[in-house]
Amino acid sequence: MSFINYSSREINCKIVYYGPGLCGKTTNLQHVYGKTNPEAKGKMISLATETERTLFFDFLPLSLGEIRGFKTRFHLYTVPGQVFYDASRKLILKGVDGVVFVADSQVERMEANMESLENLDINLKEQGYDLSKMPFVIQYNKRDLPNAAPVEELRKLLNPNGSTDYEACAATGEGVFETLKAISKLVLIELKKSH
Amino acid sequence: MSNPQLVMYDEEAKQISAIIDRLTKEANAKVVFVVDKNGQLISSSGETAGLDTTSLASLTAGNIAATGGLAKLIGEKEFSILFHEGEKDNLHISIIAQRVILVVIFGSQSSLGLVRLRVKKVSEELAKIFESLARKAEAEAESGDSPFAEITDDDIDNLFN
Repeated sequence: MSFINYSSREINCKIVYYGPGLCGKTTNLQHVYGKTNPEAKGKMISLATETERTLFFDFLPLSLGEIRGFKTRFHLYTVPGQVFYDASRKLILKGVDGVVFVADSQVERMEANMESLENLDINLKEQGYDLSKMPFVIQYNKRDLPNAAPVEELRKLLNPNGSTDYEACAATGEGVFETLKAISKLVLIELKKSH
Repeated sequence: MSNPQLVMYDEEAKQISAIIDRLTKEANAKVVFVVDKNGQLISSSGETAGLDTTSLASLTAGNIAATGGLAKLIGEKEFSILFHEGEKDNLHISIIAQRVILVVIFGSQSSLGLVRLRVKKVSEELAKIFESLARKAEAEAESGDSPFAEITDDDIDNLFN
C-alpha cells in the first residue's frame, strides 16, 4: 500500500514488474534508470547472480514531481522470473500498489508467459489482492524479434480482461516509458479513489 | 486489502524523530532509521549524509521479508531481531509492533549489548505511536476527508509532461 507522509508531504508508491524468466523486467528498469535525470532518481540496486540473472529483486526509486503539493515517489521493483524463485516473488509483492506484467512475445515463450501470469494471480490472491481490481498494465516485450507472436494472439491469451497493454522493445527502450506512465497513472487514480 | 495504508502526520513524525534522535545518542550509534515493512523510509537520525537511505530502507525490508520467510519454514512466526557484524560497522535490525523495522548502525564506540538494551527501551514507545497512527489513519479514511480526493486527471497528466 502507498505510504502517505503528511509531515514531509510525500506520496510513496510501489510498482512491481512481473513476468517469466528473461522476459526483460530488469531491462525495463535499466532503460528507465538510463534515461531519467539524475535528480529524479536514486541508485538502482540489482540483487543478481554472477550471470546477471535476478536473484531477489532490482530496485529503482523515482521522483515524478509534485501533485497538489505532495512529492510523488515511485519505487520500482522487479521479481526474479525463474519458476523456482516463487518464495522471493511472494515477498516482493507485499504492499504493492501496481503491477506491470512483462510478457515475452516469442512464440516459444507463450507457455512461460501464461504460467507466470497465473502465478502472479495466485500470489496476489494469497495476500488479499485481486488482479482484476488493481492497477495493472501488460507489456508485450521483444516485438523486434522475428519469432514474435502476433499481438492479437498475445492479447487473447494474456489479456482477456482488456487491461491497458503496450508493445515494447525494452532493449531499445521502445514502449518502456509508455508502460511506466500508464501504471503510474493507474496507481494515482486508485489512490484518489481510495480516499 | 490485507495491508492497511500507512499514513504519517506531523505530530507523530516529530515524536518518532525525537525518540530515534535520543536512541542515536544513548546507544552511541552512527545512524538510526525506521522503515515500513514494505520498504518505505519513515524516519532517520544521525550521520545520514552520504548514506543512501532509500536503498537501505528497501534492502532492509527485503532482508526482513526474506528472514521472515525462513522463520516460517522452520515454524517460527518471525525473527524479531537480526544482527549483522561488519569489520567496522554493524547493523542491528528489529521489528516493532509487527509492522515497522528499526535499524541501528553502530561502530566500535558502541556495543551490541548497549544497542540491544536501548533498542528494547524505545521499542515500546515507538509501538505505541504506530498503534495510535494506525487508529488515526483509519478514522481519517472513514471521514473521507483527504486532499487526494480532489486530484484531477489533469493533475496526474501534468506529472508526465
